[in-house]
Amino acid sequence: MAHTEWKDAPGLPDFSLLKRLARDQLIFLLEQLPGKKDLFIDADLMSPLDRIANVTILKFCLYTSSLKYTYFLFFFCRLCFLIRPRIQTVKWISDLVNADKVAGRFRRYKIIFTPQKFYACETVLEEQGVYGDVTTDEWNFYILPLDDDILSLELPEFFRDNFLEGDQRWVTTAGSALRLLQSVYGSFSKVYGIGRCAKMVYESWRELMEDGEQRTRQPEFAKVFLVDRDVDFVTPLCSQVVYEGLVDDLFRIKCGSVEFGPDVTSSDKSIKVMLNSQDKVFSEIRNEHFSNVFGFLSQKAKNLQTAYDKRRGMDIQQMKAFVADELKGLKQEHRLLSLHIGASESMMKKKTKQDFQELLKTEHSLLEGFEIRECITYIEEHINRQVSMIDSLRLLCLLSITENGLLSKDYRSLKAQYLQSYGIEHLLTFANLRQLGLLEEQQAGETLTVMESKVGKLVNDKTVGKLTDAFSSLAKKSNFRALSKRLALVPKSGEEYDLRVPRDMAYVFSGAYIPLSCKLIEQVLERDGWTGMEEVTRMLNGQEFAVTGGSSSSEARSKTDAQRIVLVMFLGGCTFSEISALRFLGKERGTYYVKQME
Amino acid sequence: VSRAKPEDDEYWNSSKFKAFTFDDDDDEFSRLKESKRAVNSILVDDDDDEEEEDGVERVSWSGEPVGSISWSVKETASSIRSGSEQSFPKIDTTPSLSKQGSGYSLSSLFKGDLYDLSPEETVRRMQKGRAFSLEKFRSLQDKLLLLDEAVAVYDGNLITAVLIYLKKSLSKEILFRELMARDVALRHYVHYLKEMGEQKLLVDVHILLMQYKEHLNIKDEGQRRDFLKSCLGLPFSQDDATHVQDHYTLLERQIIIEASDKKADAEIFKKFPRKASILNMPIITTLYYSCFYHYGESEGTYSSPENIRKTFRISEKQYILTALGARAKLKSWFDVDSLFNTKNWLGYTKKRSPIGFHRVVDILQKNSAPVNVLQEYVNLIDSPELKLSVALKYKCHDIVINTYRDLKDRQELVVYREKLERDSPEYRKIQELLNNVQIRWKN
Repeated sequence: MAHTEWKDAPGLPDFSLLKRLARDQLIFLLEQLPGKKDLFIDADLMSPLDRIANVTILKFCLYTSSLKYTYFLFFFCRLCFLIRPRIQTVKWISDLVNADKVAGRFRRYKIIFTPQKFYACETVLEEQGVYGDVTTDEWNFYILPLDDDILSLELPEFFRDNFLEGDQRWVTTAGSALRLLQSVYGSFSKVYGIGRCAKMVYESWRELMEDGEQRTRQPEFAKVFLVDRDVDFVTPLCSQVVYEGLVDDLFRIKCGSVEFGPDVTSSDKSIKVMLNSQDKVFSEIRNEHFSNVFGFLSQKAKNLQTAYDKRRGMDIQQMKAFVADELKGLKQEHRLLSLHIGASESMMKKKTKQDFQELLKTEHSLLEGFEIRECITYIEEHINRQVSMIDSLRLLCLLSITENGLLSKDYRSLKAQYLQSYGIEHLLTFANLRQLGLLEEQQAGETLTVMESKVGKLVNDKTVGKLTDAFSSLAKKSNFRALSKRLALVPKSGEEYDLRVPRDMAYVFSGAYIPLSCKLIEQVLERDGWTGMEEVTRMLNGQEFAVTGGSSSSEARSKTDAQRIVLVMFLGGCTFSEISALRFLGKERGTYYVKQME
Repeated sequence: VSRAKPEDDEYWNSSKFKAFTFDDDDDEFSRLKESKRAVNSILVDDDDDEEEEDGVERVSWSGEPVGSISWSVKETASSIRSGSEQSFPKIDTTPSLSKQGSGYSLSSLFKGDLYDLSPEETVRRMQKGRAFSLEKFRSLQDKLLLLDEAVAVYDGNLITAVLIYLKKSLSKEILFRELMARDVALRHYVHYLKEMGEQKLLVDVHILLMQYKEHLNIKDEGQRRDFLKSCLGLPFSQDDATHVQDHYTLLERQIIIEASDKKADAEIFKKFPRKASILNMPIITTLYYSCFYHYGESEGTYSSPENIRKTFRISEKQYILTALGARAKLKSWFDVDSLFNTKNWLGYTKKRSPIGFHRVVDILQKNSAPVNVLQEYVNLIDSPELKLSVALKYKCHDIVINTYRDLKDRQELVVYREKLERDSPEYRKIQELLNNVQIRWKN
């Protein structure tokens, strides 16, 4: 999907600047520690770090190693730890320091927390009696650009901490990330959002901006859309069928790269590949429905053959020119092509083996609210046969969300069968999913209020508030059916959908469903706010907002390219299907979407 | 892929749009396979492969050259610091969006002289009952100095106050370690804990589950079983209590089964040596195991399928599915057969199944059952369309041919004949049918 084809689309800012900033700050921090030192890096910081720095810049620290996997060969008496602010890691470091103390070894310790430090972590140092022995610092590495149009906070725990544990520790992090973007690329003209976390992030960002010093106004850069992951749980529960989404579902894309195993590479070794717009083959198929990919790759292979064939019958001069100008490009394409063909083939094999077609059919029925009993039977058999644990759970959650919870009888029986098939310790999984509102038992409204008032008499006021919260979260309904109807998320069945010429965002799910999150974004941008969508927001439990950046001259605004850049921030992560859908939307509207995910 | 570029039109139009399926005999897929072969067979001189950058970054610690280090962060940061536009309004935030009341804000209350006091001065202020702050005593050494100072002035009240602060800010182990050397302080501390009544047990679902979760950390299965037994007394909901009880019973049985099977020397164990222990496996896996190794044992033994089925209230459907999988794996077609046999009141045997027979065929096929076995079950599929599609999928020629014959569909038969090997029995059978003038074909 070459960007130049869409003359209408505005150019994207150069996000690699963010990498340089982060790298320079890291160097600055490391240079502040005099002398040679051992540097330990949190295992899950390795890949992000790799994107922005490299051995050469770290070479003044002779020994680097990744935290969780290494046992120690100490070269120096200075240790530096580059870690995420996690209590477990800090405890582990404290133990190390205390062990040194017992052994009478004297060393200096420094922890660099990224993207920021938490009081709880420092308290651990204090508790372990090593505060002062260990000094701390912060590396404000908030955003990692993964591609031309994808930015990431690379915080996998965001979802769990925020939505499951109710811990708001990352809210300011997200706010700081927005501030960073704004300070580097210019101010935002408008901010829309929906969800509790989105609201908090907005507030945190606004306060940060107010605390900051005032300078001359910068040109406007983009509109921002903040959306909580729990506004739309349906989309991430659906099997992905666009190429990039499938690659992610089957091989897991981590930090913009994927590891293809021997079954893909048709050799005995695995390779790690960066998946981004630099890969010319990939960039053309990433957003395509899987059914189009075969045809495309076959055509590409034919073209490649023709290009190679040109060599025949060339004279020396021509051959020389060919080798100089074309051969390298061809070879590169050749390699990429065999890789993606290998990947497609391996995906095909896996999907055929697990009756993918039937799985998709069930998902589509659930989305449509059609033949629910048959779906339940299918899910039951899926569980009984002990096929993929995750798929079973995904289907159960999809069933619960689309149906506003399971009937008590179904819930109990499916849960019991699930525990029998996959292990009783999944009791914990069910408790977590219930907490999240992903997998619930239907509750009669009356029983709730009765229970509430009864319990309310027994406890004091403070707890009543908590209980009410708890109850209301229980009573919180996903309202998916009504939402789907109002926003026309599920096209009428029976209509033929040509996946080669997609007419809307539904193509990312074979024409069966338009991602709720993306539809909301489309609608709000079209209306420039939430007006006229009151019923929809009510069904999404409110918490929507749309604010304009005040006094700026409206005339100048409407002209600039920047106006058409939209930054969508998914708080709690997003799927590749959603990214593809937004890219599609962007092309249709001549708008650019930059996504940000956790 | 631009979807409407004219030069591509020919290509897109050349193949008619067809619903996409994930079946591997799909045309496009086979075309892809061909392409793969073609691409892989293209020969290229591999001489310069090494230096080729490829545009695909590898995940490694090498790569782009270093930017100048001297370009200091401070400089960068100041040059880009923004003209922030302060005009964004506050939005009406519902619950509490106030800043988290972290320790930081607390300490800001004590800015100035209060916060900079030495241990002696602090203890003096405490003695006089004036405002004081302990928060700045963060390093272990400072804390102990403060404690020693409190001890030095013989004021039990102060010692306890300092200890409460230390309890909050030091781990139990470290605090006790230090208190071991400080007799007076230790006595104060022990008394304080006694007065506080040690632990309060909160009855809360999540605490319960947290407790139950502990079992995951226990490696030894005997201890794990005992731990689970201790969990039985916890006030779970009725529903969850059953599951926890099951968990305990399961592990208890597994330990017994494992102990005897480890040294078992029955034929079946020699022929199919166990790949892993049965400990900590899910119930259904345990049932499968028992259908595999202990099929036909009397209900009285813990390891028999019947016993497991009863103990864990396993549904008939689930039982059949599992037993079917296990017996088919062993190729005991007789056992498979008897799973579905039911006698009606006249004494006739009839095949009946709580799961669709197409599912049964599916499982048999995955366990590579021979065609004659498959055929028998394909024939039992109720719906004619489903039967035909399953028969086609698994190449049960007789059924396909008979179905087309019954449908009087001559054309399909002709098409099917082409897929068969010339002069195979099936081929000849179609030939005979086509030559049969008695049949009135519909096409």
